[in-house]
Amino acid sequence: MAMIEIKDLHKSYQMGSNSLHVLKGINFSVEAGELVAIMGSSGSGKSTLLNILGMLDEANEGSYVLDGVPIKNLNETMAAQYRNKFLGFVFQSFNLINYKTAAENVALPLYYQRMPRKERQEKAIKYLDQVGLKDWATHLPSELSGGQKQRVAIARAMAAEPKVLLADEPTGALDSKTSYEVMNLIQKINDAGNTILVVTHEPDIADMCKRIVHLKDGVIVEDKKVKQVRAAQYV
Amino acid sequence: MFNRDNWKEIFETIQKNKLRTFLSGFTVALGILIFVVLYGFGNGLKNTFNEFFGNDATNVLYLSPGRTTEPYLGYKANRRIEFDNSDLKDIKENFAMFLDYVTPQISRGAFAKYGKESDNYSIRAAAPSIQEAEKLILMEGRFINQSDIENKTKNIVIGRLVKKDLFKGANAIGEFIDLGGSSFRVVGVFQDDGGDREERIIYMSYTSRQRQDKATDKVDQIIIGFKPEIGYAGAMALEKSLNTYFREKKYISPKDPNGMYIRNVTDQLKQNQQFAGVLQIIISFFCIGTLIAGIIGISNIMVFVVKERTKEIGIRKALGATPRSVIGTILLESIFITTISGFIGMMIGVGILTGLGDTLKDYFITDPYIDMGIATASTIMLIIFGGIAGYIPAKRAADIKPIVALRDE
Repeated sequence: MAMIEIKDLHKSYQMGSNSLHVLKGINFSVEAGELVAIMGSSGSGKSTLLNILGMLDEANEGSYVLDGVPIKNLNETMAAQYRNKFLGFVFQSFNLINYKTAAENVALPLYYQRMPRKERQEKAIKYLDQVGLKDWATHLPSELSGGQKQRVAIARAMAAEPKVLLADEPTGALDSKTSYEVMNLIQKINDAGNTILVVTHEPDIADMCKRIVHLKDGVIVEDKKVKQVRAAQYV
Repeated sequence: MFNRDNWKEIFETIQKNKLRTFLSGFTVALGILIFVVLYGFGNGLKNTFNEFFGNDATNVLYLSPGRTTEPYLGYKANRRIEFDNSDLKDIKENFAMFLDYVTPQISRGAFAKYGKESDNYSIRAAAPSIQEAEKLILMEGRFINQSDIENKTKNIVIGRLVKKDLFKGANAIGEFIDLGGSSFRVVGVFQDDGGDREERIIYMSYTSRQRQDKATDKVDQIIIGFKPEIGYAGAMALEKSLNTYFREKKYISPKDPNGMYIRNVTDQLKQNQQFAGVLQIIISFFCIGTLIAGIIGISNIMVFVVKERTKEIGIRKALGATPRSVIGTILLESIFITTISGFIGMMIGVGILTGLGDTLKDYFITDPYIDMGIATASTIMLIIFGGIAGYIPAKRAADIKPIVALRDE
């Protein structure tokens, strides 16, 4: 069974009197363990698609099934619980809470899982260790470099042990060396069996995934499996 | 919502956002502080007011004789009316059920001399119960007593300032003062909150005065203290029947406005109470205004706090925070801050009021105070309204789609 199954997905935004049709019937599925790049120029609808997949936004039409669970007519509370249980997010602008330390940021989704404090802290350290930032656990985001912030964000996304990791331009704010480090980390997480979707407009980043889906004007124009370029060789 | 973990989260947020915490806490503390101080000042004003108007007993009628302006029952007009000891007796007999006490009063001025010191003072001759009517507080010795009345003794009680003038610091009790040529023994010293003039008075027994005035039994004025239980209506009724009784006894026409006078302090009391009531309304108005300003202040800060945290809320929601937990966190945080700072503000306010005491007496504020119940209730009110005011923006923030909140910069 597919991890993600979407059929005939439509999304339009109301901009005053004009309606902006962003997604015009998207059909695709993702199997467990895939590493998919969603590409497209700006305005192609790739971020909208990711937001819908992430339950941060709702589609107007079409169906979305995540690991067998239909995602439909969710109220905010349900959406929050599903996000917490099923999904991990990595954003271009990191979105760390600036007054919380690295470890506290990583532990935050676990707090919403009602995990006991002590367990939470241990787990946060464990995941920070996996992204190589154990020594930075007590540092605030303002004391970290861009690459470090993104690694903390990835640790936070993974700490909740989601079914799918959604990354929206995870390297968009980073230089290429740091970008490859982050991709190296994402590849390692994928190697461990996690399903990951990466939205990007950079071909070299897309080439580091196992499959590339091209979006243009709200429809999928190309969907191909590629030979993965390992990021480790650039690091 | 009230588990330990939530509180830890809230404490961390409070600790790490010191400026925000300080701002909202400061607003609340200041609001309550101003409220408490204003309210206390209001009470201080009332205290001053009561001191001004409340220095004499209020359950008192003053009967004064006059001069008739109308002929009546064969008596010509322009006849001088006089009260004497028999009138005292009649009042005691006929109005016993209304009465607390009756005392005559004979007022004279006299030149008093003690050693090298001397001055003019007013002398009041009366019965012991004048102490009650004038609310005199005994500082030393004793007041005029029944034995002074019966034995027509030459004992006097002097005001605090009389003692200060004549005796300087020295002991006055048992000393003899020369009053208009004859010697009187000081048996007591009193004080009176009514002002300096009231403390430059010398009291003696009215019988003694009458003996000095060539064995007369005339009195200047009769002071009647009635039982407070009879109330305003009872006092008015008593005044009316006393009036009728004495006009009959002294053959004064019921229509003659000048034959005799009765001054009823209850009337004045009622007016004073009305004035105090208006004062209270004005004060309450200010206080409620302050509270409302405080509530608006908290609301503004809550709107600001929520606005500032929009992005954070978006992040939290993306990570799985439910709208309820978002609202809960914001509300608990604000209620916690308002509670702590509210009570701090209240305690500072109460402290200021206590510390002031009567230092502002020159500005008509005496011993300002606030009832702790009112202070606490208004603090709690501010907290509750702060909570309500915080709920609305918190709810709105919780309803923002995370994707919108995340875009917020």
